[in-house]
Amino acid sequence: MNVVITKKDLDKIEGCLGKIVSSSFANSVLLIDRSGQLIAQQGNTPDVDLLSLSALTAANFGATAEIAKLLGEEEFTLLFHKGRSENVYFSAVGEHTLLVTLFDDKTSLGLIRLKMNQMIDELAFIVSSIFEKGKKS
Amino acid sequence: MPFINFSKDEIQCKIVYYGPGFCGKTTNLQYIYSVTEEQTRGKMVSIDTKGDRTLFFDLLSMNLGKIRGMDIRVQLYTVPGQVHYDATRKLVLKGVDGVVFVADSLKVQRKKNIESLINLAKNLAEKGISIRAIPLVIQYNKRDLDGSDSEILPLEVLEKDLNSMLKVPSFSASAIKGNGIFETLREISKLVVKDVSRKIMFMDKQQAKG
Repeated sequence: MNVVITKKDLDKIEGCLGKIVSSSFANSVLLIDRSGQLIAQQGNTPDVDLLSLSALTAANFGATAEIAKLLGEEEFTLLFHKGRSENVYFSAVGEHTLLVTLFDDKTSLGLIRLKMNQMIDELAFIVSSIFEKGKKS
Repeated sequence: MPFINFSKDEIQCKIVYYGPGFCGKTTNLQYIYSVTEEQTRGKMVSIDTKGDRTLFFDLLSMNLGKIRGMDIRVQLYTVPGQVHYDATRKLVLKGVDGVVFVADSLKVQRKKNIESLINLAKNLAEKGISIRAIPLVIQYNKRDLDGSDSEILPLEVLEKDLNSMLKVPSFSASAIKGNGIFETLREISKLVVKDVSRKIMFMDKQQAKG
């Protein structure tokens, strides 16, 4: 299976991520696949190594999914890490991808969650059509 | 599962270093990291664990140049070798495009090598990938111990144990000294890029038909 992201697909994804960034006041939003590859990013985080962040996020999600299984859950669909000034919010988008939002104390977790939830269905639809195409090739 | 991003003209692939515990997978990555220039590699990420063992994975990303005008970026991962970390190995194998199997040349590790290779075949099969179809290279590590007090297996024995059925390219190496490390990386990269190019050509044909 190959995953091919065309310019058109990427524009749609970046449009969604851009809306989350502007409406939630997050610093940056990333869409990554569950094997750890970065698909798209919007916002401004010049000092962050996004490739490593993507790989570690996928691993983090995988690890907590195993914890979930131990507790009789299928997986935890969202994770939140709070730091002194930087915070990260992770959310599953369909079965193939994850959304990662980096934000600081300019905004709140509630607003981030609200704005993300408003876009997740649309993103999940775009992503699943990309992965469906990949399955056929 | 290569990620082909036509917007950025970039292909992202994943290569996993697999093998029994203490065979030198992390040392392979550390050597590559220490001798490559900063422009071609990213940071090396190791999940910090107590002691020398890898509990989750190590990661190093590299740029391999261009094919057909597209940048090739590979991510090199290692897995934990210990038998009981199978769940972690499965996680790291997700979306893999090529595997380097690092075998330990020490005589006492003979059985562990075979068990680990069988484990690789099983974990790939669970993802619907045949070990015979995926780009694979075998590396016989710790050859520098030849002539020392530790008894190591002759290359013929290792070939017979691990490669008699697969017949994939194999290299003798010493990850600590750096011998054979880049030969291994070059070969697996070549196989992965060839595999990806074949897939792109196949897609081009499909699109031309459609």
